[in-house]
Amino acid sequence: MLQVENLSVAYGAVNAVKSIDLQIAAGELVCLIGANGAGKTTTLKTLGGMLKPQHGRIEYFDQSICGLPSHELLQRGIALVPEGRGIFSRLSVRENLQLGAYSRNDAAGITQDLEQMFTLFPRLAERAGQIAGTLSGGEQQMLAIARALMSRPKLLLLDEPSMGLAPVMVQKIFQTIRDIAAAGVTILLVEQNAKLALQISQRGYVMENGRITLTDAAPALLANPQVQHAYLGG
Amino acid sequence: MDIFVQQLINGLVLGSIYALIALGYTMVYGILELINFAHGEVTMFGAMICLAILNALLLHSGLPPLLILGIGLVGAIGFCMVLGYALERIAYRPLRHAPRLAPLITAIGMSIVLQNVAMLIWGKKFLSFPDIIPIQRFTIAGANITNLQIVIILLAILIMICLWLLIHRTRLGRAMRATAQSPELASLMGINPNTIISATFMIGGALGAVAGVMVNAYYGPAHYTMGFMLGLKAFTAAVLGGIGNITGAMFGGLLLGLIESFGAGYIGQLTGGFMGSNYQHVFAFFVLILILVFRPSGLFGERVGERA
Ligand SMILES: Nc1ncnc2c1ncn2[C@@H]1O[C@H](COP(=O)(O)OP(=O)(O)OP(=O)(O)O)[C@@H](O)[C@H]1O
Ligand SMILES: [Mg+2]
Repeated sequence: MLQVENLSVAYGAVNAVKSIDLQIAAGELVCLIGANGAGKTTTLKTLGGMLKPQHGRIEYFDQSICGLPSHELLQRGIALVPEGRGIFSRLSVRENLQLGAYSRNDAAGITQDLEQMFTLFPRLAERAGQIAGTLSGGEQQMLAIARALMSRPKLLLLDEPSMGLAPVMVQKIFQTIRDIAAAGVTILLVEQNAKLALQISQRGYVMENGRITLTDAAPALLANPQVQHAYLGG
Repeated sequence: MDIFVQQLINGLVLGSIYALIALGYTMVYGILELINFAHGEVTMFGAMICLAILNALLLHSGLPPLLILGIGLVGAIGFCMVLGYALERIAYRPLRHAPRLAPLITAIGMSIVLQNVAMLIWGKKFLSFPDIIPIQRFTIAGANITNLQIVIILLAILIMICLWLLIHRTRLGRAMRATAQSPELASLMGINPNTIISATFMIGGALGAVAGVMVNAYYGPAHYTMGFMLGLKAFTAAVLGGIGNITGAMFGGLLLGLIESFGAGYIGQLTGGFMGSNYQHVFAFFVLILILVFRPSGLFGERVGERA
């Protein structure tokens, strides 16, 4: 579904991502783990059209999508939930969800999906009319994910959905991600919480200093002493 | 007492017009953080285009005057929407990622260009609005009000209600508010920020056109320089309300109109006849200075540093 080859991204003179390769097949849940500053967010932002790569190829369903802006990628089914949630804090919860469905024009389907999100996340239903900036951190993360789902994505890019959340909330978010994957959405998950991420993923990539240093099936990475030492606190 | 009511009416008429123009400044600022100094000139073009249509049709068409007025107004609105769109496309978009001073200087440059184009087309004469609205006078609480004043106030209020509904109740309005908060995030929602920016300039142009026609019909002759002072006043109104804030621009406009009108009405008494009502303009700029010193975010402003 997604083929990334030799991708490099720089901020001016800072080379944040150095010639990485990455593949995701339809229906997979794949995670990308690594230390702070490894280049995970940069990779995800580039895949989501927020940054232009220096060079490299990005193919999605065998078509090059390199350099396309985010709004065109969304129309092709790639949705990004940015780091730090990025909700529209001055708009209501409902309006945030409606914006997620901006690119769709099947009014009936949108209403139906909105209801479905409210069933999936009852907290959002209770707060539908509330200004999104007043939600708690966990609720905001729920909103950001629900909003991305409103576009009916084929590929969902999640950047550190567990960041800054209490353990109970983290469990809940990871369960939600599992459910979304089970419903057939392909997911690329960026996480600091390597253990949890690997536990729900099928495959994983390990990133260090802008390079991908290791890739394997998730259980193998969990058992890998190097990974255990560096990322699993073992 | 009657001078109070009279100045209240005058202030509301003036304020409605300021509010319509101020909305154009504030909507553009809300999304691009750009002060579109050429917006006053867009207003001037609205007046000029309407006038040109009126004169041509009155001379050659034999249509009923009110229909001609309607055609003139719609023509001016259409023209100013295209003008607003073109300004952004040609002058501002290429500088989207340039340092902030560059688009600001360009805006001043476009304002000068538009003034000169108008001068080349319509000359330096003061151009009066034709006599097609039969003026009727009414008396309320000892003050005079004309049918034209009533129409201006009602039309401005109607337009502002429609705009409010557009911004708060429609898909386009939601996308505009999302883009104002963060163009990057809006793009992640599938919104093309350029489309929204173009729409904003077109809506601002339409409102400016209506205001320009009102000024010409009510206050007097159109002139290629008329956009300068109007633009400056409306900009003051936008700052007064909190630039970037749409409700703020509406109330800032009305408030500035009232301040000017009451100021002009009472300045003679206050200074013992030393200053007359020709000092009206002083009030607007006095207000601008006070706001900039004591409350730079304006009456309704809370947005500085509040971007997501
Ligand atoms: N806007 C920017 N300008 C310059 N350098 C940047 C910018 N954003 C990120 N970087 C640098 O690029 C490198 C990779 O950053 P990135 O945000 O991709 O890391 P990350 O893996 O997501 O880290 P974290 O886990 O802390 O979120 C870092 O060294 C960072 O300092
Ligand atoms: Mg990151």
